[in-house]
Amino acid sequence: MIVQAIFFYIFAAVLVGSAFAVVSARNPVHSVLFLILAFFNAAGLFVLMGAEFLAMLLVVVYVGAVAVLFLFVVMMLDVDFAELRRGGLDYLPIGTVIGGLLLVEMLMVVGGWVLDPTLIGKGASPVAAASTNVAAIGALLYTKYVFFFQAAGLVLLVAMIGAIVLTLRHKPFVKRQNVADQVARGPATSIEFVSVETGKGI
Amino acid sequence: MSVFWADYLWPLIIIVAESLLMMVVLLIIIAYILYADRKIWAAVQMRRGPNVVGPWGLFQSFADFIKFALKEAVIPASADKVIFLLAPLLSVTVAISAWAVIPVASGWVISDINVGVLYIMAISSLGVYGTIMGGWASNSKYPFLSALRAAAQMVSYEVSIGFVIITVLLCAGSLNLSDIVKAQAHHGLATSLGVPWLAFLNWYWLPLFPMFVIFFISALAETNRPPFDLAEAESELVAGFMVEYGSTPYVMFMLSEYVAIALQCSMATILFMGGWLPPFDFAPFTWVPGIVWFTLKALLVFFMVAMAKAMVPRYRYDQLMRLGWKVFLPISLGMVVVVAGVLKVTGWAP
Repeated sequence: MIVQAIFFYIFAAVLVGSAFAVVSARNPVHSVLFLILAFFNAAGLFVLMGAEFLAMLLVVVYVGAVAVLFLFVVMMLDVDFAELRRGGLDYLPIGTVIGGLLLVEMLMVVGGWVLDPTLIGKGASPVAAASTNVAAIGALLYTKYVFFFQAAGLVLLVAMIGAIVLTLRHKPFVKRQNVADQVARGPATSIEFVSVETGKGI
Repeated sequence: MSVFWADYLWPLIIIVAESLLMMVVLLIIIAYILYADRKIWAAVQMRRGPNVVGPWGLFQSFADFIKFALKEAVIPASADKVIFLLAPLLSVTVAISAWAVIPVASGWVISDINVGVLYIMAISSLGVYGTIMGGWASNSKYPFLSALRAAAQMVSYEVSIGFVIITVLLCAGSLNLSDIVKAQAHHGLATSLGVPWLAFLNWYWLPLFPMFVIFFISALAETNRPPFDLAEAESELVAGFMVEYGSTPYVMFMLSEYVAIALQCSMATILFMGGWLPPFDFAPFTWVPGIVWFTLKALLVFFMVAMAKAMVPRYRYDQLMRLGWKVFLPISLGMVVVVAGVLKVTGWAP
């Protein structure tokens, strides 16, 4: 148990520290790299809670795909972030209010759990330890919540199509390669024998 | 105290020893597959290849390593120094740490976790950061552009590798790599044909042959191997994202590349070629220890990788992207549906 506690505090400390560095780093690329570190440590916390499937998904999806795109965009943008950041302190009051609200909510949830574990219901409690993570999540997701799962997929599909429609441009002057045409090409369609008279050319 | 010793210290010592053993053996194997790669390439081109250092050039990789390690490490003045040095370190750490879940023989695995396949995918998706950080931190146009190219390539082929792995998982019914190998031991084509001694027919390479081919080609692209080595196409881009790197940082990038190749070879072995299982289920073959079979199979896959380098001309970048997104992704997605359907209809699903 003590090893778990040590790892929890390591992961949690690095997570909080890197989350703070995300907003405080001067270089936006460093911010994104700290964000990745934060994701990674969150995955470590998931592993400590026994949710290894979620941990791996967090790394595969957020670190492996989403953050790479973040990094792409931030690296290629030529934005003066110091300029953008000027006047950031004007937002301090509203930020404090939102942060305070979140803190109160968290305290209520966690405090309620401590006072009376039955208060929140069994919804968030761990499933039976007999089945593996993957099987438990799969069995729940594809039976009880199959409609929500499908609906979430549909929302993502709409978003994807929207992104494609927004960026798709047909450029009539661009010559494109048609691989099927190239493969179908043979000597009969591409070679022609001509006998050229001397001095005439074709 | 004795509880502390038995519960924490002794397992820690065991794990450290296992990891060290794995790493040392891995690095020695890497040195020799590097040598084999060059020798095979040379033999196809009717050259001699490395043949000066040691008998038949056997110590060439070590000589190269010493040369790189003794050179001065040059860091460009305008580079982001921390990230510039962090990038190769990250690449090599990530590449080696994936080996923690690879079962090289029955029970011979450092960490036999339930989500081994996902761990491999998570770790190999981190490998892209080494590339992209190295390219960006060099603070030069050419490394940066080729880092973006390489990152886009690695991310694209991860998708089809993911779907290929899902078809295998559907057949094996587990995300644990040891269980995937064990699932290939007793059920399969050979058993249903009534010839269980032809164990190699039980493995997934035969029923899932199209996926095996897609996995192999995607693994080449994922590890930036020829014919998909656009990230570091020597004739066009010099060394791609590693242009500004030299000496030890460079050698770390190169090491991580070969460790990743070895990892993909052993993944192909585990997923499709029955891991440590003997190819024939009778006497002289079953006597050979599992690790020998595992190594032989992984080396066979590596031989194919090396031959692909020697024989296939390099792809153009748009052709590479077309192959990944328009050919492999639809095929592997379709195969997931087909395999799942067949398993459900026939009741073969575990």
